[in-house]
Amino acid sequence: MAEEVVLLDFWPSPFGMRSRIALAEKGIKYEYKEEDLRNKSALLLQMNPVHKKIPVLIHNGKPVCESLIQVQYIDEVWHDKAPLLPSDPYQKATARFWADYVDKKIYDLGSRVWKTKGEEQATAKKEFIESLKLIEKEIGDKPYFGGESLGYVDVAFIPFYSWFYAYEKCGNFSIEAECPKLIAWAKRCMQKESVAKSLPDQQKVYDFILQMKKHFGIE
Amino acid sequence: MAVVKLIGAWPSAYCYRVIWALKLKGIPYEYIEEDLSNKSHLLLQYNPIHKKVPVLLHDGKPICESTVILRYIDEIWPQNPLLPADPYERAVALFWIKFADDKVFLLSKLYQTDGEEQQAAVKEWLEMLEVMEEHALIGGKKFFGGDEINMVDMAFSFVAHWLGILEDVVGLEIFEPHKFPRVSSWIQNFKSIPIIKENLPDVDKMYAFSKHGREMMLASKSN
Repeated sequence: MAEEVVLLDFWPSPFGMRSRIALAEKGIKYEYKEEDLRNKSALLLQMNPVHKKIPVLIHNGKPVCESLIQVQYIDEVWHDKAPLLPSDPYQKATARFWADYVDKKIYDLGSRVWKTKGEEQATAKKEFIESLKLIEKEIGDKPYFGGESLGYVDVAFIPFYSWFYAYEKCGNFSIEAECPKLIAWAKRCMQKESVAKSLPDQQKVYDFILQMKKHFGIE
Repeated sequence: MAVVKLIGAWPSAYCYRVIWALKLKGIPYEYIEEDLSNKSHLLLQYNPIHKKVPVLLHDGKPICESTVILRYIDEIWPQNPLLPADPYERAVALFWIKFADDKVFLLSKLYQTDGEEQQAAVKEWLEMLEVMEEHALIGGKKFFGGDEINMVDMAFSFVAHWLGILEDVVGLEIFEPHKFPRVSSWIQNFKSIPIIKENLPDVDKMYAFSKHGREMMLASKSN
């Protein structure tokens, strides 16, 4: 039976990027549908009625919502190529813990960096760097969080690299200066076609953030 | 034989999920009570990142975050499975677990606020209950897990037991059974399961604990 895979997405979304990378790693052909979040499609509202958010993965007409759930689903269904989660239960638990950490900390702290200014921004920057340093330690001496090849945590986290330039410009700081190992890891990931194809240009993301700031009336 | 230990705190809704999972699967474990107002060296050593309970120790190796713990338990001890075997059904279950996980903070938000902030919390509660009623519990199932409870039921337990207690603490009725018949049915079914019924925090103790917490909060606000 022909597999029909559709991804409802929005180009700057780091969450959407996760699913793009997972699909590319597995070599899955799919239809990419760009959503205008100010004018959500009937399909999006039908497929994610609870949150009305992207990304939504639609596999043979059935929706899977939440990016990390999509990545795990993709890994399970197309399990014969490029496994993303380790098979050992304890290592799997560790990978899930860190992906959860990225979800709990990175997006929110990063958002605070570009959405605020003054003292609030200074605090956000400090906490953001602290979080990055914590994750950076997890890489250790391995090329990827997943070990020798790209894994679940790599896929969960690398999309945020496309936002780093925007965070740095808005916050006036250098992530590389604080976390050189992390940037080395990111550049290594970017050499993979699945990642390079799935992440937008950092300048483009920054321009998008500037537009958002104007829209929200943030200086 | 592998040793299983659980570091928990008696008021924490998250900790009971792990207790229920271990008991459902018949796994013997040692329970270590943690005083969250005075965190132990043990907790800080095994969960340095979040410093929270529950923490599961399996052969001395720590696993943190209740959903991560439950999935680990389910993989090591597959009897009485906590998640569907089919990848799509599992993705749906995980969606609802995340939904519930993202709403547990509404417990604190309800009893640690007053005035407008509390009214906003009430509104969020009603929205959440509506989603449960209209989206999560469709299909006429007894439990989220079908005929038996699973991880999704455990994730929504805070609605079944903790909400009622907090409604009394703050003196508000948020959950009106006639407005949410499916949720109401589910709560009754869920709480009649022996493993659940026998492993819940005592209502009076929980009431006193939450009431005290609320009084402290209100006092510090007026200072």
